[in-house]
Amino acid sequence: MSVTQPPVNAPELRHLDPILEPGHTYASVTDKIASVVLTRPLGLGWLAGFTLAFSIVMVLFGSIAWLVVKGVGIWGINIPIGWGFAIVNFVWWIGIGHAGTLISAILYLLNQKWRTSINRFAEAMTLFAVACAGLFPLIHTGRPWMAYYMFPYPSTMGIWPQFRSPLIWDVFAVSTYGTVSLLFWFVGLLPDLATLRDRAKTKWQQVIFGLLSMGWRGTARHWHRYQSAYLLLAGLATPLVLSVHTVVSFDFSVAIVPGWHTTIFPPYFVAGAIYSGFAMVLTLAIPLRKAYGLEDFITMRHLDNMAKVMLATGLIVAYGYFIEFFMAFYSGNKFDVFLAEQRLHGPYSHFYYALILCNILTPQLLWIEKVRRNVVALFIMSLVINTGMWLERFVIVVISLTRDFMPSAWGRYSPTFWDYSTFIGTLGLFVMLIFLFVRGLPAIAISEMRELVEHEGHKREHE
Amino acid sequence: MEHRSLIHGVMGEFETPEQILAAAKAARAAGYKHIEAYTPIPVEGLSEEIGFRWTAVPLITLIGGLGGGLTGFGLQYWCAAITYPMNIAGRPLNSWPAFIPVTFELTVLGASIFAVVGMLALNRLPQPYHPVFNVERFSRASTDRFFLCIEARDPQFNPAESARFLQSLNAQHVSEVKDEE
Repeated sequence: MSVTQPPVNAPELRHLDPILEPGHTYASVTDKIASVVLTRPLGLGWLAGFTLAFSIVMVLFGSIAWLVVKGVGIWGINIPIGWGFAIVNFVWWIGIGHAGTLISAILYLLNQKWRTSINRFAEAMTLFAVACAGLFPLIHTGRPWMAYYMFPYPSTMGIWPQFRSPLIWDVFAVSTYGTVSLLFWFVGLLPDLATLRDRAKTKWQQVIFGLLSMGWRGTARHWHRYQSAYLLLAGLATPLVLSVHTVVSFDFSVAIVPGWHTTIFPPYFVAGAIYSGFAMVLTLAIPLRKAYGLEDFITMRHLDNMAKVMLATGLIVAYGYFIEFFMAFYSGNKFDVFLAEQRLHGPYSHFYYALILCNILTPQLLWIEKVRRNVVALFIMSLVINTGMWLERFVIVVISLTRDFMPSAWGRYSPTFWDYSTFIGTLGLFVMLIFLFVRGLPAIAISEMRELVEHEGHKREHE
Repeated sequence: MEHRSLIHGVMGEFETPEQILAAAKAARAAGYKHIEAYTPIPVEGLSEEIGFRWTAVPLITLIGGLGGGLTGFGLQYWCAAITYPMNIAGRPLNSWPAFIPVTFELTVLGASIFAVVGMLALNRLPQPYHPVFNVERFSRASTDRFFLCIEARDPQFNPAESARFLQSLNAQHVSEVKDEE
């Protein structure tokens, strides 16, 4: 240490915010995280939240049942707007999932130690978001029981999928993404399941965690192969996550519809996905750390870092919006120019202005350090950004489809009650799964936290 | 069937990664060949100390990736060019650039599944029973204790000798690992 102490507010001290509060041992981190699963009684807050989410899931089931009975006509979709809420919600949910993979895979490859305490529930968030996303194209087909038509299988009719279509690429991208996310999540969980097995208090816990942990013993050989597999999975998931939203953007950009047919779509969709995903991680992390007293593990440093990632990806998204306009006018294509004008002055322009407000203007507050360190402000900001990213997909889908080439083929779109109830229903499903997850499995990777204890302990010894 | 107790080995308990690393090194130096370390966190260099250097996981992953990619491209080629050809304005049937996304996805899928299944299979998991679980204190191996086990199949193994040896390495508790058969 230098002789003269810098003032408390000096930047060199502020950025030393720990990623793990000092004083923790292997046992203390293990106890704290495992107790949420094993011993802590169900609180009133959890029960109330779960009950609410569960009843919203019933709304989802009801909406899907009615959809199956009546067909997609109960939604506001019609020609020319065949996509509507279903695809807006699909793109929104799948985008949210991307932050989980970014945190668990890309930040792992970049050796970012701060990812440790948020990667587990961010990965869970990915899985649940992908589940919600996958639901929409499925029910949007109108006959979900025939969805297997999309997969190549030897049918008696002798027909095969059209592999030149982005919609089929999407089937493969999303199902691969879901599978690899599940594998990655399970491999990460394996040592923690063994920890829970060894500390289980009841017979049930012993049986369940004993089965799930597969007899993991943590031998040096186990760990060696485990680390090798984990690193490889991170390396595989990194290009995968970039490919998934690229393929989703191909659903739009391969078409010739004005406003969709642009080369900026893949990068700006990926940036937007990470943007909304980090917002959702914050939306979940802030109540979670408060409710279970995990402030030692998910520190201000984490919140601050995530806010910075949001700021950076938000600027990439803003650049994307700018290039869309620029290219429309620069290309001189009259349909593109017309569409750009429709965004500003057309019947859905208020959505566009709300989008700019939510996604570009409000997040600029994140430049201010006080905002990044204000938990309440960050929470509100994360909700604003999630809303903004939903609006972005609405603007892309609806404005382009309502006003494309020929005025005789124009139309209007307004969602019905069932559109809203299905969308809100998936929000309930997502929240319910998160509620089950935080009490059923360790929400923070215990073995990685022990590694962090080791790592941070050494760092402090050297200071 | 009669239950007889066999000895799987003797096990010493340590508190820190440094201690177990030193202990493993000492056991190797003393000529033990069949030793195993159990740790709550991966300890760098420990697998090398117990004589484990090479793992087939990356090779298995590569095979899975190549298999997935070839399957992916082959599937699309077979569908689009052989079994269900569609002439769309005379464009080539083998439109390979359009097949890249699915080829890529299946490469990643194949590699990931092989990586995980390969890792589990090489680790002989799932394996519900293992003699080390008979040691009561072993439950701490997944929390905060590091264990070194000298296995009975080691030619140099002797229950009393080896236990004394572990004690000489400052192991906190030395216990016999019983195997039921």
